[in-house]
Amino acid sequence: MGRYVGQRVKRTEDPRLIRGLAHYVDDIKLPDMLHAVFLRSVHAHARIRRIGIASATASPGVVAVYTGRDVSHKIGPVPCAAALPDLKVPDHRVLATDRVYYVGHPVAVVVATDRYAAQDALEKIAVEYEELPPVVDPEQALKGKPLVHEQFGSNVAYRLTSGEGDIESALASADKIVRQRMINQRLAPVAMEPRGVLARYFPGEQELTLWSSTQIPHLMRTQVALMLGIAENKLRVITPEVGGGFGSKLNVYAEEALLGWISIQLSRPVKWIETRRENMQATIHGRAQVGEIEIGCKKDGTVTGLRYNVVADLGAYHQLLTPAIPTLTGLMLSGAYRIPAIQMNVTGMFTNKMATDAYRGAGRPEATYVIERAMDLVAAELGMDPVEVRRKNFPAPSEFPFKTATGLTYDSGNYEAALSKALKISGYRELREQQKKARAEGRLVGIGVSSYVEICALGPSAAMPAGGWESATVRIEPTGKVTVLTGASPHGQGQETSFAQIVAEELGIDLNDITVIHGDTAIVQYGIGTFGSRATAVGGTAVLVALQRVREKATRIAAHLLQVEASRMTFANARFSALAAQAAATVGALATVPAPAADGDRSITLQEVALAAHLAKNLPPDTEPGLSATYFFEPKNFTFPFGTHIVAVEIDRETGEVQFQRYVAVDDCGKVINPMLVDGQIQGGIVQAIGQALYEEVVYDDQGQLITGTLMDYAVPKAAMIPTLELDRTETPTPENPLGVKGVGEAGTIGATPAIVGAVVDALAPFGVRHLDMPLKPETIFRAMQRTSAK
Amino acid sequence: MKTPIRVRVNGVEHQSEVEPRLLLVHYLREILNLTGTHVGCETSICGACTVLLDGQAVKACTIFAVQVDGAEITTIEGLAADGQLSPVQEGFWEKHGLQCGFCTPGMIVTATELLGRNPRPSEAEIRHGLEGNLCRCTGYQHIVEAVEYAAEKRGPTTARSRA
Repeated sequence: MGRYVGQRVKRTEDPRLIRGLAHYVDDIKLPDMLHAVFLRSVHAHARIRRIGIASATASPGVVAVYTGRDVSHKIGPVPCAAALPDLKVPDHRVLATDRVYYVGHPVAVVVATDRYAAQDALEKIAVEYEELPPVVDPEQALKGKPLVHEQFGSNVAYRLTSGEGDIESALASADKIVRQRMINQRLAPVAMEPRGVLARYFPGEQELTLWSSTQIPHLMRTQVALMLGIAENKLRVITPEVGGGFGSKLNVYAEEALLGWISIQLSRPVKWIETRRENMQATIHGRAQVGEIEIGCKKDGTVTGLRYNVVADLGAYHQLLTPAIPTLTGLMLSGAYRIPAIQMNVTGMFTNKMATDAYRGAGRPEATYVIERAMDLVAAELGMDPVEVRRKNFPAPSEFPFKTATGLTYDSGNYEAALSKALKISGYRELREQQKKARAEGRLVGIGVSSYVEICALGPSAAMPAGGWESATVRIEPTGKVTVLTGASPHGQGQETSFAQIVAEELGIDLNDITVIHGDTAIVQYGIGTFGSRATAVGGTAVLVALQRVREKATRIAAHLLQVEASRMTFANARFSALAAQAAATVGALATVPAPAADGDRSITLQEVALAAHLAKNLPPDTEPGLSATYFFEPKNFTFPFGTHIVAVEIDRETGEVQFQRYVAVDDCGKVINPMLVDGQIQGGIVQAIGQALYEEVVYDDQGQLITGTLMDYAVPKAAMIPTLELDRTETPTPENPLGVKGVGEAGTIGATPAIVGAVVDALAPFGVRHLDMPLKPETIFRAMQRTSAK
Repeated sequence: MKTPIRVRVNGVEHQSEVEPRLLLVHYLREILNLTGTHVGCETSICGACTVLLDGQAVKACTIFAVQVDGAEITTIEGLAADGQLSPVQEGFWEKHGLQCGFCTPGMIVTATELLGRNPRPSEAEIRHGLEGNLCRCTGYQHIVEAVEYAAEKRGPTTARSRA
């Protein structure tokens, strides 16, 4: 642990946030600014016969009204970056043209002098629809009729088989095969700040600026420039404060391009802020997989093979990564185990619903859920303890790098260590004893275990749709202040602090002398963004390497100024010093001789070197003036964090409510820059997993109407629904980057869900329950108890 | 047709003419430029818009500006008016009680009112007291610790002086 790295450093971004002085998109106001609101489809599937906009256009304060007819041939399609063999890609325009395909599909946009006037006008637009039968259930969609997109003749967007090993003989060699249908329900990411865009066009300069609540400013710049047919370097994307993303802002949305286009048409700034209802309807959803697992095992619990046949509900259109999400599930099906043969058969289905895409974990929580539930089912089938079944199949630390039958190479791991620590902290044996006693008293107590592995630091560019590297510039200004430009785009993760910690550690300067700038394409070199638990592992490494290069240059300049050999310089606490005596080093072989001391008289501060580098009056020959370096870090592999979560619950027999008794999580995300931020990530992740396990579900009715359209209906967990989480860590560094950091943003969401469901199912074991589908609402549990009376 | 209102916000007197349908949160954000109060759901569930109305925590997204005529409002910007962070603000910083920061102003305002009513709340009381505010980032644990820190920091003196 260093002076900064590894310490619980308070965040530098907090003072502006806790005083209410930070700026999210909606907090930015420009002179002459207009406001846009969207009219959205109230039907899941309908033909648009006519749109009457005359009275809306005449409404007070209205500047313009646009429909699909006005814009669809002028703005390119909303992009999908996922390339899969034979993928069907519907033409996704920024506004609906002849048909609407989901509730919330944008049909028209009203631009007015203020939000209230725009909303008034919106209500005057008359749309005549001819309703069409909707496709709501992805399994029903397989039957072929009705069709979401007639031109494809089928609702199947793609089929894909992945995995390695001979699955048939692997299952044939098993003593037992366990099968189970499992649902990963559709979820809404619900970032607390809805999406928002502010567009400003300067006609003279022909420059368009978009302030957008996004996780990927540079990728968005490229895509929106292509959609609008403008030069990429005439478009500037700025992400001011972003109020959470969880993958929902890892996208390029229709509204982002359309707002830019409107600003160009009107030569005035125009702002759109999503309402929560719009956010539930028209911001991407996550998960939505219905599948069946088949797992083969020997009598001793050794797993021989795993097959997962899954139908993925993609929604009506592909957003940026929609079809790719289930492929991540396929990659992670081996979990923390040695499984010789794995096969996933995925069928991606069009439905008349909002697109699914990356929501915190993005395909990996689904995989972890499937494999962890499968391990529980094996344990139940064989009458073994779920812990022992897991242990039986862990690869040993000596087996790393460990190859899986899904084609991955896990970097490093010690799964037993994390499991043992979690068992110890939770007092697992005692918990089981207490459970026995409780059961004897007729109480419903359950214990769940999940040993997960996740894939982070996304990722090597060869495996990514649009580059997997990350960039950083480290610049020491003439006054010695250090500016870091990162291509990552943090929106709550705290990299303004953790990247500054890396710099402060290396340079021995004060944290407050460092500014980390992100999220402005006119200032920051091209970057990829923040998602896939990559910012610190990939972006932080870019910062570190850029920093080392700057330091190396500063050392050469310092040596020149002090007139010594660069190899004779030391650097500590922001000061370069010449080593005292040449002679001391030559007898260095004698261990007792101390290292040569720095010569106090012959030293120079980093600040003095920075000034000299910029004044450039006395630099070493062939040295560029200035003191900055830019580095693009390309990771060679992903990283694979892991851990074990142990949960104890008690179920109220009368109500079916779940009460947490213990929640213990031991996570290993490699080296840690700031443990306080890591804890925050884990806790937040676990609570989103509690949401999926117990409360949350996006519900459409059989007409495709969104039932959970507000936060009154969609149950985001509240403070009182959450237990105190007992966290600990093991630390297995990754060899994939010099920081040893693996990534932590999604771990909680990935690891926790099966542990919670496992605990509830275990509590219901006296009723013969072996599996229940999420969310495990009191009603679900109560019904399960009613189906069979307890033995 | 506009209606005149007079309201004291963070100690400053304002007189405005507002449309009767103007929401308090829009009055604060758009007219007074106090953008620290956020809009997260428009249905008074998420609590991002929480402000103090005559000392009581209320959700500014479901109150009209005309309803606060003659009242005293405190927003997040008013809690550190003298430049010193309030104990609750300090607690959120110390205990990493925020990530994206969007729910934070509402959380801090609600916690401030909670500690005014109950200077030494138990963990359960804190969690219950924050039920009207959603946070999607933190999982609430550090928020609970932040409120505990603030309660400790305010100390018994504050409690007595308020009693």
